[in-house]
Amino acid sequence: MTEPLIYDLGSPGRAGIKMPDPDVPLADLPADLARDDLDLPEVSEVDVVRHYTRLSILNHSIDKGFYPLGSCTMKYNPRLNEDMARLPGLAAVHPYQDPETAQGALELMYETQEWLKEIGGFAGVSLQPSAGAQGEFTGILIMRAYHRDRGDTRRTRILIPDSAHGTNPASTTMSGLEVIEIPSDARGNVDLESLRAHCDDTVVGLMITNPNTLGLFEDQIVPIIELVHNCGGLVYGDGANLNALMGIVRPGDLGFDVMHYNLHKTFSTPHGGGGPGSGPVGVAEHLAPYLPGPLVDIVEGAESEGEMPRYQLVMPARSIGRMKAFYGNFGVIVRAYTYMMVNGSDGLRRVSEMAVLNANYLRARLRNTYHVPYDRVNMHEFVIEGRFADAPGIHALDISKRLMDYGMHPPTNYFPLIVHEALMIEPTETESKESLDAFCNAMVSIAREAREQPELLRDAPHSTPVGRLDEVRAARQLSLCCRPIANPD
Amino acid sequence: MSYIPHTADDIQAMLETIGLADVEELFTAIPEAFRFPTLDLPEGLSQMETSQAIEYLSEANLPAGKMITFLGAGAYNHYSPAVVNQVLLRGEFLTAYTPYQPEISQGTLQAIFEYQSMICALTAMEVANASHYDGATALAEAVILALNAARDDRKKVVLSGVIHPEYREVVRTYTQGMGLTIEGDEPASADLNTFIDAIDDQTALAAIQYPNFFGQIDDIARFIQAAHAHGALACIVADPIALGLLKPPGAMGADIVVGEGQGLGIPMSFGGPYLGFFATRQKYVRKMAGRLVGETTDAQGQTGYVLTLSTREQHIRREKATSNICTNQGLMALAAAVYLSVMGKHGLRKVAELCYHKSHYAADVIDRLDGYNIDRHKPFFKEFVVQCPRPVAEINRYLLETYGIIGGYDLESPYPDRKNQMLIAVTEMNTREEIDLLAQALNEVEQ
Repeated sequence: MTEPLIYDLGSPGRAGIKMPDPDVPLADLPADLARDDLDLPEVSEVDVVRHYTRLSILNHSIDKGFYPLGSCTMKYNPRLNEDMARLPGLAAVHPYQDPETAQGALELMYETQEWLKEIGGFAGVSLQPSAGAQGEFTGILIMRAYHRDRGDTRRTRILIPDSAHGTNPASTTMSGLEVIEIPSDARGNVDLESLRAHCDDTVVGLMITNPNTLGLFEDQIVPIIELVHNCGGLVYGDGANLNALMGIVRPGDLGFDVMHYNLHKTFSTPHGGGGPGSGPVGVAEHLAPYLPGPLVDIVEGAESEGEMPRYQLVMPARSIGRMKAFYGNFGVIVRAYTYMMVNGSDGLRRVSEMAVLNANYLRARLRNTYHVPYDRVNMHEFVIEGRFADAPGIHALDISKRLMDYGMHPPTNYFPLIVHEALMIEPTETESKESLDAFCNAMVSIAREAREQPELLRDAPHSTPVGRLDEVRAARQLSLCCRPIANPD
Repeated sequence: MSYIPHTADDIQAMLETIGLADVEELFTAIPEAFRFPTLDLPEGLSQMETSQAIEYLSEANLPAGKMITFLGAGAYNHYSPAVVNQVLLRGEFLTAYTPYQPEISQGTLQAIFEYQSMICALTAMEVANASHYDGATALAEAVILALNAARDDRKKVVLSGVIHPEYREVVRTYTQGMGLTIEGDEPASADLNTFIDAIDDQTALAAIQYPNFFGQIDDIARFIQAAHAHGALACIVADPIALGLLKPPGAMGADIVVGEGQGLGIPMSFGGPYLGFFATRQKYVRKMAGRLVGETTDAQGQTGYVLTLSTREQHIRREKATSNICTNQGLMALAAAVYLSVMGKHGLRKVAELCYHKSHYAADVIDRLDGYNIDRHKPFFKEFVVQCPRPVAEINRYLLETYGIIGGYDLESPYPDRKNQMLIAVTEMNTREEIDLLAQALNEVEQ
């Protein structure tokens, strides 16, 4: 089942919309400035609606079914969030309006900063970064700026455990710093001896994901942070896994100096098929002057006169600069704030408790069928091996593709890199016990098929709009654009 | 517990399967001293109460629609056809992740492939990626591409002062660890010749905005030739609405075209989420940042789409990746694809013409007022600079308080020599009556 390209629909001269004629005299446009042709589709409105509706049904989505994609926190995206982000008083506000005409938007941003500070245990939060990776990049630039400001220019290295997300080393390189990889120990935690050996006066900081990408809480986190601090380094927390920690433990209390939050994971904003996200960064007191800005602050004095607080945009004193134009992905922030208000302090803790309960329930039910390489109480996700000694030739990818035939999205494949044939499973708290049981039954059934009818897995999926796609061909016979365009040299 | 489905019985049954007595036992790995902090936050509210509280906040703002607005400077009040928002609300698009599993993500993948194709058509460039966070970060990624393409032999970038001030700031933030020199925009008021003279054989990339931050149309072709004469890549920061009418940068020899796609059906939303678009020549595709969707086939020969050239990306290449970008602005790219489909070949041109005619009408009527002068030494598209008789902040206060008009952008803070200069944006949304009212109000301020 495939759908033609939008360019292959419609007919010359057809239009999807009527725009009004000018109500002003026409102005001349110098002929040499105008383009000759504009190669866009010529389709009607109903063509457009049908085309994108037909495309949409080719997708799996949270709205359609279970989506246990490890590290991605694919929880239900509440519809109230969508309504709030679309309120005209929020969606139609221009970022450069006089702050006096945007006090509601500024208050919402201020309150979000305050909530995130309290949840993470940090002194300052900037809402600027647009996604987790940009939050990481921000955090590294902040650590770099802190050391340089103290004249400590020898520090050029960032320590990163081998279980880290790929964005950690990539963000480090973009900051002009060097990556030092730290191995994991037999329990799946950071190898303390190796870390100790690397802690010296060239270390900018350690980037650590906690819970780590195996879903395990670093039980040596306090000594790890001490080691890094003792050599003058800082500790960065990758907040991708914060869904396990709200009201459970605050990274700032543990000694983390800086952390990013993924509003599009922990705080229920939709992923939209790859964004937009939002990756605010929280920092301890000593790093607050370096935050990217502008931030929202209360105008001093206004409150004491018995008036409503007035909000303004401010740039921190020693800011690393702006990470994007304007103030952050405001529409995403509105959704996250809505979610936080609905949950409150009690609800946020419940979210993390149930996310961890669900993941442990799945591990308990699957551990007799699949090998769990680090088999102990995990946090909000865990990793199994997608291979069987008595079903040679079956890989994690085959299990993933077969799951699609059961109407479910596969777990994250081949990550973290330290587990062979890894399948990383994160159910989130919004899945019911029935939904989790259905997943376990499918996984058990697939394990049986792997032995009895391995071709069912190797040729899977069988029920999707297209079968396995030729990725080698896509890369070799590169076709990224369906229009005939050639740029002359 | 609004979004958690578990009953007490469910929880008990699950704990039994795990072999634990209560939920708190799940957290013994966490140092006891730090476990279960009390969060000093309000208790949860019902959805109804939350909705009322946020509506109350929203009413403290004065949005476009309620107000007449002539404010632009990088975010614009353009019309978004109803279809755009309706498609974005499809849960199948809204609640899907990045399309790592192509068999069950063809909707997202094909939509992005179409978006890439439309951006190529609009800019007249050979390849486009799946999006960046915004126009500013797209420009920063263009700089990084150019540094990589020059293999570190060239460590200088020349940015025109007519590029959005915040975009130039973002480039400086992004590249602060890269040992790079950035020139061309100090002072920011430098003219085209001064900017072009700053390009030399050490320059990896030179960039200008089209139309520029003041709404004017510079001689782009001359700039591109000058950049190429020194072996530098020529980057254009373009307004996609303007490209509905104006000559595309690709046809003039640009190497990279980036820009802010907010005008393509995306709400102003107090500054985000927006859409950074990025297009370049085929020969730089492997140095490009971001996701790329390519066409291929399955075993039955059916056409399908996949994320491709991922060996450039962080999840494969880690510290050797072309960029750290992961989550981008997927849904905003979809919005732009739907917008460009509905507007189509004829509609986008019409939108651009409406902007052009209305802004010129506005410039004409304001130019006739005593005390106001329009900078007309270059052609302009939908924005223009007005020399005002008084500080812009004072004028804007009068417009707002007396007529409910949100006036133009005050150019003085980013450009200190542009005292009393207002940047006025006129889009297809502004009526002749609104423009006449603006002129009347401006005239009153002078009196």
